[in-house]
Amino acid sequence: MTEFIQQVINGLSLGSIYALIALGYTMVYGILRLINFAHGEVFMVGAYAGYYAASAFGIDAYERGGRAFPLVLAVAVLLLAMAAAAALGTTIELLAYRPVRKAPRLTPLITAIGVSLFLQNAGMLVFGPNPRRYPPILKEVPFEIGGVIVTNIKVTIFVVALALMTALRFFVLGTWTGRAMRAVSIHPDAARLMGIDVDRTIRACFAIGSALAAAGGILFGLDQIMINPLMGVLTGLKAFVAAVLGGIGSIPGAVLGGVLIGLAEQLTAGYLSPDYRDAITFVILILVLMLKPEGLLGVVKQEKV
Amino acid sequence: MSSASAQVSTVRWLKRAAFAVLVVAVIYGLGALLESTAIEYVQRIVLLAGINVILAVGLNLINGTTGQFSIGHAGFMAVGAYAAAFFGTKLHPWLIGLLGAGACADALTFNLALCIGALFAGAAGLVVGIPTLRLRGDYLAVVTLGFGEIIRIVFNNARALGAATGYSGDDPAGLPAYTNFFWVYLWATLLVTGLAHLTFSQTGRSLTAIREDEIAAEAMAIPTTRLKVLAFTVSAATAGVAGGLFAHMQSGIRPEDFKFEKSIDMVVMIIVGGLGSISGAVVGGIFVAVTLEVMRDLSQYRLVLYALLLIIIMLVRPQGLFGARELPSVLRRLRGPRTKESS
Repeated sequence: MTEFIQQVINGLSLGSIYALIALGYTMVYGILRLINFAHGEVFMVGAYAGYYAASAFGIDAYERGGRAFPLVLAVAVLLLAMAAAAALGTTIELLAYRPVRKAPRLTPLITAIGVSLFLQNAGMLVFGPNPRRYPPILKEVPFEIGGVIVTNIKVTIFVVALALMTALRFFVLGTWTGRAMRAVSIHPDAARLMGIDVDRTIRACFAIGSALAAAGGILFGLDQIMINPLMGVLTGLKAFVAAVLGGIGSIPGAVLGGVLIGLAEQLTAGYLSPDYRDAITFVILILVLMLKPEGLLGVVKQEKV
Repeated sequence: MSSASAQVSTVRWLKRAAFAVLVVAVIYGLGALLESTAIEYVQRIVLLAGINVILAVGLNLINGTTGQFSIGHAGFMAVGAYAAAFFGTKLHPWLIGLLGAGACADALTFNLALCIGALFAGAAGLVVGIPTLRLRGDYLAVVTLGFGEIIRIVFNNARALGAATGYSGDDPAGLPAYTNFFWVYLWATLLVTGLAHLTFSQTGRSLTAIREDEIAAEAMAIPTTRLKVLAFTVSAATAGVAGGLFAHMQSGIRPEDFKFEKSIDMVVMIIVGGLGSISGAVVGGIFVAVTLEVMRDLSQYRLVLYALLLIIIMLVRPQGLFGARELPSVLRRLRGPRTKESS
């Protein structure tokens, strides 16, 4: 039983990272009907931005001195990485997606794959192909509750992810920009007629989604210790599956899907075989598409001519 | 009356047979010429170009003609490669017992192995296609991507097939090098011709209708799901043949040979040439084989350049080199202005 709870705790922290990334997929899909394949790479760049920001704040000196990295600086690292990723996301939107927005559906999809490949390989050139150890922005402190070992990192991941997702919820429901996003996702042309700046709304969508992915990247680095330029590929795919599982276009769905995928992955690794932890995600994807293609919390939308 | 028409059809049939014999002879002659003159490096590129042509024309059927989007065809290629290598290895001793050792048994083993590879890859395509092709195109992209990964993970863990070190048959020297110019280009010719016939048949027109507007196609009583699954299965089987040819080009196959990059190579082939154009796919396949070899020294920049190429083509000329046109119509347009034709 304790082992099961242990796996569930690990699954929850992994799942909340997936949920953060899945939000970006689901927001962009909701508004543009585009699978933003480059989103996984934005997540990767976010993780590296955090890495370099932490180095710039002299984390090596703190580590050598055996002192903990100040919490203020850790928060600054997080915010800087989120800003960098938001800048990257909006640049991608401006240069690659905006010109093909009105093109047939396949064109933006191929463009997105191209951007994703470009960022992966540019990342290999710029950051180097070898994995890097993520700096200990948080010092790991394990503690035990009833035989289950929990680290402060796992708790932090869960709390930070939850805080960001709550903030997003209030943003989308409470602010004018959030309301504009919902309007554009329902009907872009009608939204434009109501005086909504569609371009600006889409840009905001990319900025927020990318910032959340960067937060996911830093949490992933803290959790998994190692980062590499290809880390966005599989993680991004899993997050996308999470978005599909929850119902693509639905923000609560992305959160639910992320947590479920994280749990499924940890439980498969723990009870079946670690070799199949990556395969289970795709099995889930195929099952969802077969049985409930609109996802758990999605709405069925009749396609019209 | 009936005997006259029978005579005409016999004559036509004889003409076609003579043409086919001629084509086979030409391929054989070219192969002999190439093998006697060109250095091994060039020969390898020529073989890879032929395999690429098969891959590109097969992928074009689903991505170009039907307008669905698969980015996991390396998975089907892997299934075909492993099936062909495995059954080729197991069949060979049995066929030698039947026919005696020699070129005849080798050729029969090879072609049977390729057919089995196509069969297995086609079956895999059917399994993936049935659940996903009911849905919209971009889901298919993700499922094929995921399927490609699953296939690789399975082969990576399949002990009977050598797991991560790969499969190289029962012979310690590795898989027999059956693949040569003659077989590659014979299969390429067969498949290109076959797929061209399919594309320009009534079924092919229905596939194009699905690409243009699925809902309208359905309203015209086109069984969209069935045809999409058919196109996907044929496309996967074609990739399987290419996989079998690829497997018998080197001494062994490894799961890494069929990574996501391979699928992207295929997508680049058909996009460079022009989605929906068979001539474009042929040109794109050759283009990729040659540029990959030329850029071998720049291997780390290769994929960056590829990705940029992909983005730039999409932004500047999304229809690719040929658009959806075929070579004859392009030549006609080049030869003279259109006004002459219409008058």
